[in-house]
Amino acid sequence: MTQSVIVQVGQCGNQIGCCFWDLALREHAAVNQKGIYDEALSSFFRNVDTRVVGDGGSISKGKICSLKARAVLIDMEEGVVNEILQGPLRDVFDSKQLITDISGSGNNWAVGHKVFGSRYQEQILEKLRKSAEHCDSLQCFFIIHSMGGGTGSGLGTYLLKVLEDEFPEVYRFVTSIYPSGEDDVITSPYNSILAMKELNEHADCVLPIDNQSLFDIISKIDLMVNSGKLGTTIKPKSLVTSSAGTFKKRQKPFDAMNNIVANLLLNLTSSARFEGSLNMDLNEISMNLVPFPQLHYLVSSLTPLYTLADVNIPPRRLDQMFSDAFSKDHQLIRADPKHSLYLACALMVRGNVQISDLRRNIERLKPSLQFVSWNQEGWKTSLCSVPPVGHSHSLLALANNTCVKPTFMELRERFMRLYKKKAHLHHYLQIEGMEESCFTEAESSLSALIQEYNQLDATKSMPVEDLPRLSIAV
Amino acid sequence: MEIWPAFMLLSKTRFRKQLGIWIIVQNYNSILTLSHLYRSSDALLVHENDAVHKICAKLMNIKQISFSDINQVLAHQLGSVFQPTYSAEGSFHYRRNPLGDLMENLVPHPEFKMLGVRNIPQMSENSLAYSTFTWAGLLKHLRQMLISNAKMEEGIDWQVRPPVSRLPTLGKMSLNKELHFNTSIANLLILRGKDVHSADLGGFKDPALYTSWLEPVNAFNVWKTQRSFNKYEKSAALVTNSQFLVKPLDKIVGKAWNMFASKAYVHQYTKFGIEEEDFLDSFTLLEQVVASYCNL
Repeated sequence: MTQSVIVQVGQCGNQIGCCFWDLALREHAAVNQKGIYDEALSSFFRNVDTRVVGDGGSISKGKICSLKARAVLIDMEEGVVNEILQGPLRDVFDSKQLITDISGSGNNWAVGHKVFGSRYQEQILEKLRKSAEHCDSLQCFFIIHSMGGGTGSGLGTYLLKVLEDEFPEVYRFVTSIYPSGEDDVITSPYNSILAMKELNEHADCVLPIDNQSLFDIISKIDLMVNSGKLGTTIKPKSLVTSSAGTFKKRQKPFDAMNNIVANLLLNLTSSARFEGSLNMDLNEISMNLVPFPQLHYLVSSLTPLYTLADVNIPPRRLDQMFSDAFSKDHQLIRADPKHSLYLACALMVRGNVQISDLRRNIERLKPSLQFVSWNQEGWKTSLCSVPPVGHSHSLLALANNTCVKPTFMELRERFMRLYKKKAHLHHYLQIEGMEESCFTEAESSLSALIQEYNQLDATKSMPVEDLPRLSIAV
Repeated sequence: MEIWPAFMLLSKTRFRKQLGIWIIVQNYNSILTLSHLYRSSDALLVHENDAVHKICAKLMNIKQISFSDINQVLAHQLGSVFQPTYSAEGSFHYRRNPLGDLMENLVPHPEFKMLGVRNIPQMSENSLAYSTFTWAGLLKHLRQMLISNAKMEEGIDWQVRPPVSRLPTLGKMSLNKELHFNTSIANLLILRGKDVHSADLGGFKDPALYTSWLEPVNAFNVWKTQRSFNKYEKSAALVTNSQFLVKPLDKIVGKAWNMFASKAYVHQYTKFGIEEEDFLDSFTLLEQVVASYCNL
């Protein structure tokens, strides 16, 4: 089995990351009853004998001694990382895996990217190399960050270039939180567009997520729970409502939202972490879902919703789970895949689901979905036998679909509104290395991407024809 | 002579749906693999996954088919071919070089090296207890399976007959025309079990089954042993070099071509050193193979 390293950058990235590690530990604990350090665990955790000083403490097999996350935590403010290090997860992180500063990036991509990028380049390289050395077979870097701020957006994307240069063979998966329309950071469009250019050029795969969609999903879950109609009961150890005994008490709505993203990562990696009859390694996601290097943005949905809420809802028909995966209400960004064009689609199923169920549902849903002409059977599936904790099954759908286009177009509009007036531009331009051309290039990059999606959409209603084959002289 | 029989699993569209395995780039992988193997191997023994799947479902009566079931059927097919047989009629020495003999019997021309296996009977152990077999019955079915290109013993099209006269085909036979009759270049029959010497093989020696290049005495061979195989009192395996793979192969090439013409996923391959030229070479080779077999 291969290993992956999570790099969590900025306030948002670290909060989500923390959520992920909490859930991952819970999941492994539920499955790994004997406390043996196995391959499943090694994909995201090291086993360390803490009595050994220095680096020699890694244990490759046998009983679990002390689990350390394969993670690098980066933040230019101390608040979030300190909170993590004082919390229940403090022993999961190696103190050498952190990079922090005090002043923060001031919601300025340029500060994150140019100032902190150059200041911390050596340290970043060193931590990444160390984390890679601890892996037998490193397959993937996961970067978690937000697009609208300064550190996650700027420093997070700076990292991408470093990773590409230093570890060209290792996949770069990025989970990016995009700002909603009513974002409280005024300069978020600038930060996002500048970051998008980096994502376009240096990421292998991006999972865009927006806060509004997460919020809507949380509202739906609350509605389900409170309606009482479905006879729901809240599980004692729920992350949605506050309760003792869990790692994070619910303080802000962000907790529940972060939980969703953490679940996304958990399910995305489940097939690589556990056994299954139809495993899917992470490199297979990129291989099958990215037909053209530019078009690597995947819209995700997680169903059933109640697996995100730790509530005991009597499971509805399995088929409903599949139907919901394609509904616009269940996507993690504002998107409607059903009414746009699919380039490819992956279904990652967990738990007690038979291959025949998969087949039946794909056949059932196919007629209502539009796939690009050369990929009419563009489905990739995986089956992981281990369900999420406390549930019997779950589904993660990843769609390479032109329905991402509106998100990008809106982002561009918001950017243009600010940029036309040159609002707040001086904060950026005063940073060394920043010029107006950075902005215009970033906008062109995004426009080019939108244009690619436009071209694909144009083929939507065209009839599917077989292209003329090579003819052989007999 | 180096012999590298390559055992390959060809996944067809229908099989993918049935077993729930989807790999989007599998058509690319298939054409790249197949073309490379074609160049470097002496012969290819090809199994079609959907045929194996159907055998499990219909003949073996398995409800939820697992990979282990599929592999059992495949192992049976291979075993039925490669288990020892006597080297000659009336001899008690076992064949020393089955691979070499296989090549000699079945691959007269390096352009035509695709071999398939058909087995009879195939059934679940429960059904076995209530069945008896005669060589005449088994061979009659197996012959019809060959000429109608049936993948298994059920659903055989008995309407298909060899053409009345075996004139060389004029011009290219287009694939649009239904290839009902499966023309063979060479066939090898392997009989295992009781009274194997009493089996009448006349049906397989009919010149109408074959191209005009070889006399049936050279195009058709038989291996025998009295040892039964895998619980079947009598069993027959047919290793055939014929047109059996033309349609499935053509379909895969067609799908891969559509994808390639749009340049989809090509960057995933070029980043590891496979260039567009390599793709084109593969397509060319396989179109040639399809055309050659089509024109038998």
